[in-house]
Parts: sequence; structure tokens; C-alpha cells
Amino acid sequence: MKQMTYREALREGMDEELARDENVVIFGEEVAQYNGAYKVTQGLWEKWGDKRVFDTPISEAAFIGMGVGASMLGVRPVMELMFWSFHSVAFDQLVNNAANVRYMSGGQINCPIVVRGPANGGTNVGATHSHVPEAIFASMPGLKVVSPATPEDAKGLIKSAIRDNDPVYVMESTVLYGMSGPVPEDEDFTIPLGKAKIEKEGSDMTIIAHGGSVVHAIAAAEELKEKHNIDAEVVNLRSIRPLDQDTIIESVKKTNRALIVDESKPFCGVSSQLVTLIQEYAFDYLDAPIKRLCTIDAPAIYSKHIEPEQLPNQRRVVEKALELAKA
Amino acid sequence: MAKPERKQSKKDFSKDPINKDLTPDQKIALFRDMERIRRFEIVSLAEYQKGVNIGGFLHLYNGQESIAVVSASLMGDHDHMITAYRDHGHALSVGMNMNECMAELFGKIDGCSKGKGGSMHFFAPDKNYWGGHGIVGGQTPLGLGLAFGVKYLEQEGCCLCYLGDGAINQGAFHEALNMASLMDIPVVFVIENNGYSMGTTQQRSSSAPEILAQRAEGYNMAWDVVNGENIYELRVKLNAAMERARKECKPTLFEIDTYRYYGHSVADANHKKYREASEIEQYQHEHDPITTWKNVLIKEGHLNEDLAKQIQKEATKEAKDAVKFALASPAPTVEDISKDIYWEVDNNTEASKQGRYFFND
Repeated sequence: MKQMTYREALREGMDEELARDENVVIFGEEVAQYNGAYKVTQGLWEKWGDKRVFDTPISEAAFIGMGVGASMLGVRPVMELMFWSFHSVAFDQLVNNAANVRYMSGGQINCPIVVRGPANGGTNVGATHSHVPEAIFASMPGLKVVSPATPEDAKGLIKSAIRDNDPVYVMESTVLYGMSGPVPEDEDFTIPLGKAKIEKEGSDMTIIAHGGSVVHAIAAAEELKEKHNIDAEVVNLRSIRPLDQDTIIESVKKTNRALIVDESKPFCGVSSQLVTLIQEYAFDYLDAPIKRLCTIDAPAIYSKHIEPEQLPNQRRVVEKALELAKA
Repeated sequence: MAKPERKQSKKDFSKDPINKDLTPDQKIALFRDMERIRRFEIVSLAEYQKGVNIGGFLHLYNGQESIAVVSASLMGDHDHMITAYRDHGHALSVGMNMNECMAELFGKIDGCSKGKGGSMHFFAPDKNYWGGHGIVGGQTPLGLGLAFGVKYLEQEGCCLCYLGDGAINQGAFHEALNMASLMDIPVVFVIENNGYSMGTTQQRSSSAPEILAQRAEGYNMAWDVVNGENIYELRVKLNAAMERARKECKPTLFEIDTYRYYGHSVADANHKKYREASEIEQYQHEHDPITTWKNVLIKEGHLNEDLAKQIQKEATKEAKDAVKFALASPAPTVEDISKDIYWEVDNNTEASKQGRYFFND
């Protein structure tokens, strides 16, 4: 294992895949000469040149659609949205074309694209730049959605996403880019899509989270153990669709209580789907109604004085977990 | 590749009807308004760098002040303004005060958007100012819509819709251009061309990069391009475009050659890598719109260095007082997060009592 940041892990994953497969190509706004708005692609243009790594104009619909079209011929585009919030500009390409082309062609055409970029709140950039759209895309059959929470996740998932023959949308986090952690050194290290990770074992409740919420869930679990003698298990989903239903259900069957921490909004968020699965497959094992801790149901507020309170945070997770423990 | 050299007009626009009746006070007001924007931005930057109150992005307007100030000086009762995220200059130009703008940057309840919008989202509908929009090009169909509204309501007016040189490559903008021309919508799309689409030069982002406004020809639309540092010229040509909209209901694509002194946003730490420091200095020393206008007014005998300094000093004080105001203003509460989402709910109407609106606990 070596220590690296989440940002470096993504970069190393892309770098290795550029080396492994000459059809992998990276493009997006400012990804090449500027080294990426968030420096995720730093150095890749210098190393790989204009053919493999290039800048696009601010034309999300055109460049995402270009990637979908090129992928039909076997090119494997890895496209950066400077923010996943800009998905709405390219929604037709991301959904109607990428998700449906295989189905509509009766399986004749594949769409092996990756679209990646940050999808998180918490940086005071206001409602238009703070969307957390995992659930929107996971609700579309034909698309895959992953959400790395750690540097290890970032490396393993970006590599699997690039190798995957379907459209994979990688939802990263600007808050996590600078976070360091251990990452396996093996060049063939990947994390399979659809496999969750139990970050911390426990017996009193299951806290399920993905992306940046995993960090809050782990911190909250530690506080619950130290201050309240509650032993929470933390499941890091890693992948939203495909979803590791087995790990979730087994954990809930073991702990009999479930808390879902989800940065998306409560209405039809990722958490809604998890609640459905748990009640469907583990209802008889539940000692209390399932609890959710989501972002407060409003557009993202700008003010840095209050935005952390709109989002999942350690204190809010602990409070909700204590409610669940008493229920 | 550096920004292409600016084309200078030799013509004297000062005697044009729109300019010759300007009183000395009005001319000084243009200078003062530009200074106010510049000082507001400089004080904002200093506050941003403290890292305490201002979060997120800060897209500064320094170098581009003449555009917003001249535009506002030409606006009548039925003229409207909408822009993207580099919006502080436009806000101050239409008469929003520094207190409400600074408090918004500080994320406070007395901000123009109650601390909900931030730097990119200043609004003042009472001053015909419709924001402040965060997504590149996203405001351009809205500008089309405001102008459609003016026409539909049978008013004689127009909408000034601003965008950067990077935004002209967004699909929504082209759809808006086509509809504006097709439907005779009184909109003036103003490209504030500062040469850089974030860190990408115009040459690397736009095909046919010589004159961006020329794309209007593909839509059978009038276009013009003007030097942003020349206030008299800008007033004459922009007014012509606004009159075309008001009187003939015809749109214009209007490009203004300008320059930004800071990065795309304060977070743009690269901005001295994708352009030479000497280029920035050259614009500051040779093409600064405020200095250029100051020199015009000194030559005309309306201004002297002492008065100019005093105006600058007053503008700095106004901005610093706005900081005090912003500091004293309270932050929004957790309860405030859930307000201003639905009109019916905020107004506690019958409709708001039917069905569940929010899905917190």
C-alpha cells in the first residue's frame, strides 16, 4: 500500500488506463493545458499529448455527445464535467443517447464511456453548482453510477469504470480530492462495480453511506462508540448502480437497525431506493423503522455560515443514530 | 497565444447626440460608478482572502467596469439586464448598494439574496436586474425571454443579455440567437470578450476567432464589435443596438473587447500561466477603462487628479463600510434554508395546504 490523495488516485488510475489501452482518451473543459480545474488530470496532457488528452470549449452537450458517438466505434472516452452540476446542459446526451443506444439498437451498439467530475455540496458555491445527482442517473437503466469515498475507492473504481463496456458515471467530491489514504500498489488493482465495502464492523446498527457521507458516517460511528457505547457498522456503497444489495441486507439482518446517510435530497434520493430494498428483504429483522439523514430538502444555500447544517455532518449523523438507537 | 491586439477606432464619438448632452456631473458619475465597482472588488478580494466569511467562488470584474456602467447609463424604464456569474459590476451599476452586495458575499441575511445566492447570484428585479447566473450560457435563453416579455407586454424596451467569450459555444445560446432573429425579439446579446474562456484562449475555444459577433450573420442578425475602453464609442454603438431593439424589435449580437485583470475566479491560480504577466500589465497601464476615462475628463476640464483621488477614496470607504454592515448582519438560520422555495408555501395559501411539499423528517 502507498499513501496518496483521492485526486492522485484518480489521476494514477487514468494514467495507467491510458497506458493499458490506446483507445482511452480524456477530454473536457480545462483538462489538458490547464491541468484540470481541480487538478485531477494534472500532467496527463504533458505526458500523453494532444491526441490522448485535450481541451474542449464550454460545450457540454457537444463534447459529451461526441464521446457517446466515438464510443460506438470503440473509442473509450473519459470525459470530465468540471462539476457534475453541469450535467443538465448535456442531459439529452447523458440520458437519451448514452443510456438508450444499446437498448434501442437491440444490443448492437455499446457505449463504453466514463463521465467523471465532482458531485457534492459543501463548498459554498450555491444552488447551481452543488447538485448531487447520483439518484437521477442511477434511476436510468443502461447507466452505471459509482461514488468513491476514499483514495482506494477512487483508484479502483475509475479503473473499473474505464474498462467497463457500459456508460459509467463517476461522482467524485471536491471536498475529498485532497484527502490522503492507502491505495494498493498493484497496477491491476480494481474495485468491481457493484461491490460495497464494510468500513467498520459493528453489531448495534448499520449506517449506509456513499461518497463524502462515508467520512461523516465513520466519524459518527467512532463518536457513537466512544460516547454512547453504540457499536455501529458502516457500509460504504462505492457503487450505486449496480448496487451491492447482499452486503446491505446481510448487515441489516445482523444489526437489526438501519440508518442511511445520503447527501442527495430525500425525495427519490439514493436513500429512498435503499429503504425500499431493506423493507422488502429484511423487514422481519428490523427492530425499528429505518432512519434517513439526508440534505435538508431545499436548493443548496450559499452562506458558508449555514451550508454545513444543510448537509449530512458528523453531529447530524450522531443525533439521528441516537434517535434510531432509542426507537 | 496571447489575446489579439485591440483595434482602436480613430473616430471621435464625443459629439454624437447621445454624448454631447452629457453634463459634467453625468460624466463624473460614470467615473465614480466605475471606481465604485473597482473598489468594491478590491475590498471583496481582501475579505475573501481572509477566508472567514466569503465562501465559494469570486469572479472579479476589474478591467471590465466600463461595460456595466455604460450599459446602465443607457437604460430606460423598460430596459432590462441579465448576466452570468461575473455580476458584481452590473449589480452596482443598476443601483444596488454595496451593503446588500457585500452582505450577500458574506452569506448574511441582509444580502440581496438573503445569503442564499452568493457572489454569482445577485438579483434586483425592482431595478430591472435579473441576475447573476452560475451556469455558462444558461442566462442567454432567459435574456431572450425577458425581451420577449417586453414585447409581449407591448412596452418599448429591450433586454441587455451579457455573456463571456467562452459562453458563445454553448448550444442554448445558439438556439436563443436563432429564435431572437426569427421572432424579432428586442434583445441585445452583449459578449464581454476578455479573451479567455477561463484558462483557454479565444483561439483555442472558438472557430473563426477573429470576430465572435460575426456569427450573427448565420442568424440574419445585426452585429457590431467595439473597444470597451472607449466610453463615448461604447455609448454610441450600444445605444444604437438598444434603439434597434426598442424601435424595430430587432436583436443584435454586440461584442465588446475588454480584459480581466484577475483570474477567471479567485480560485484560478493559473491565470499568470496561460497568459503573460506583461500582457496583464499592458492592459492595466495602457487600456484601463477608468484611467482612460479619467484622462478624457481631465482633458475636457471636468476632473482633476485631486477630485479623482477623492472619488476613489470615497468609493473605498463605501466598500469598507459595506464590510462593517455585512459583519454586523446575522447569518441565515437553519429555518431559513427551507424558505423561498415555493411561492405558495411562503404565502401560506390554500394550495400550500394540499399535499406534502418537503420530505425532511
